[in-house]
Order: sequence, then structure tokens, then C-alpha cells
Amino acid sequence: MSMMKRMGMIFRSKANKALDRAEDPRETLDYSYTKQRELLVKVRRGVADVATSRKRVELQATQLQQQGDKLHEQAQKALAAGREDLAREALTRRSALQQQIADLQTQHANLQAEEEKLTLASQRLQAKVEAFRTKKETLKASYTAAEAQTRIGEAFSGISEEMSDVGLAVERAEDKTAQMQARAGAVDELIASGALEDVTASPNSDIDRELAALSAGSDVDNELAALKQQLGTGERQALEGGATPGTAAGAPVEEPERQPEKGTGA
Amino acid sequence: MIIRIMGEGQFELPDDSAEGLNALDAQVESAVESGDDDAFAAAFAQLLERVRAHGAAIADDALVDSDLVLPPSDATVDEVARLLGDEGLIPG
Repeated sequence: MSMMKRMGMIFRSKANKALDRAEDPRETLDYSYTKQRELLVKVRRGVADVATSRKRVELQATQLQQQGDKLHEQAQKALAAGREDLAREALTRRSALQQQIADLQTQHANLQAEEEKLTLASQRLQAKVEAFRTKKETLKASYTAAEAQTRIGEAFSGISEEMSDVGLAVERAEDKTAQMQARAGAVDELIASGALEDVTASPNSDIDRELAALSAGSDVDNELAALKQQLGTGERQALEGGATPGTAAGAPVEEPERQPEKGTGA
Repeated sequence: MIIRIMGEGQFELPDDSAEGLNALDAQVESAVESGDDDAFAAAFAQLLERVRAHGAAIADDALVDSDLVLPPSDATVDEVARLLGDEGLIPG
């Protein structure tokens, strides 16, 4: 049998079963209205959940992007210091990050599409629930004969179909966000533990440390140069002043030894 | 004739458009039975496109049931098989 017909029959049999359950169709109207309100709340919560997941993925992408920018800076510094090997290492790690960012961007697009779908579903359901409420009151007021049952059945199956549709949409969205949240949780843990740098790092070198060592090395050179300069100035000052603390302290010790020689010699 | 595309809403189509739809529907049906992903995706996309192109969207506040129902546009062949096989999958 045709797929479209089979699907249609499944929906109708759902509606009929629910309608058959009630002895008085008017009860069904009220019961269904309660269910509709509950589903509306559920869909809106679904929209909020998807939005939360989307924002989380956005934040992660930003964090990874910053990490990537940092690696790019490191590559520049390394190259400036003549360390092409380190620059290459930084860029390799950066390209691994870029792949993760691309993956997050795909997830983000999926979540955004899901959010839009659910928002529209929520709007459609809202409109139908409103229409149902009006119709329900009219039907209840004019309820006199079995003929009204048919009209109740029509209104009921019209909204029941929408509820099945929206109900499934919410379930699918929940499944999708649950999957993405599991992945997002893993990325969050990586970012939090700082393990991301280790994961993408090659085991034999750590750019941060080597660059730090490089810059520490040049700091030492700078300090040495500064010290030498100070020392140079100090020596000149000492010469101009006639004595330095070192020679002043050393002289009295040497003097008594020399003095007798000088004394005997003279 | 009223057709629902799940997740999109309902469309009203002239009855004479059924002819072209039936052929595509049959292709989708056999792809679902054989579990053929590619054949399903191709026929299903055409079927959806035809319904959207020939149908007029029904107002959101209209309470009418559909003659035919189509799965959500991003449904996989497995999902459709489950929708058809197990009534419990559709809530409500």
C-alpha cells in the first residue's frame, strides 16, 4: 500500500482511539485541550533547550578560535626567533583545531535549523489550540444530538494529527540535542582540563615551553647586556672616584704583608 | 486532497495532481521496503517537492485532518520504516 496512505491511516487510528475512550465526547474536548496545553509547554521548552545547546556550541567555537589565534601568534613568534620547527608545530596544532571548529559549525547549523523548525511548530500548534478552544466552547454550548458528535470528531482529529506531528518533532529534536550535548560535553571537558592542547600536541615538543624558554633566553641576554653596561659604567665611576669597594677592602689585607718588605727594603 | 508533511504543515492539492504523486509514492514505498537509502532519498525529495509546488499551505488555525501524510523531510529510510512498522512511534 502507498506510504502516504499508510501514514495517514496511522494518524487517524490514533485520533479515533483517543476519541473512543471517552463516553461523553464533550469530556474528550476538555481532556484534549489540557493535553494540547501541555504539549505547547513541551514544545516551547524544546525550543529553549535547543537554543541552550546552540549557545553552548557557539561558546565552544569561540574558545577554540581563540586557541587557534594564540597558536598563530606563537607560530609568528617562533618564526621571528628563527625556529621554523616550532612554527610548523604550532600551525599543525592549529589546523587540528580548525577541523574541530568546522565540526562545531556544522553542529551549530543543525541546531539552528532544529530551533527554527520547532519554533514554527510551536506557532502552528498555538494557532490550532486557539482555534480548538473556540470551537470547543461552541460545540459544548450547542451540544444536543448525536450529529454534534461528528463535528466534535472532526475538530478532534484535526488537532490530534497536529499533536502527533508536533509530538514527534519534539522527540526528534530531543534526540538530536542529546547526541550533540554528549559531544559538546566532551569538548567542554577537554577545554576545561587543558587537555585539548595535549591532544593536538605532538608528544615530543611543547611550543609554549620552548617559546617561553626562547623568550627567557633572550631576557637573560638582555639582562646580561644591561648588567655589562652597568658594570662598564661602574668601572669608569670607580676609576674616576679613585677606589672601588673591592680594592678598598683588599688593600688593608695586602698592606701589612707588603709594609715590612717595604720597610726592610727602605 | 489534503496532504501533511510532518514538521512543515498541511497542503491542499487539486485531486488531479494525485497521478504524479502516486508514481513517486510507489518508488518511495519500494525503497523503504528494500532499505535502499539512495533510491529513497531521491524519490522522497521529489515527492516532497511536488507536494510543496502543487499545494497551497493550509492556514495554521484550520482544524482539518489530512488524507495523506508524509514523514519529515530529513527522515531517513530507517526512520520511515519504523514510522510505518510501529504505530507506537508516533505519539498522541
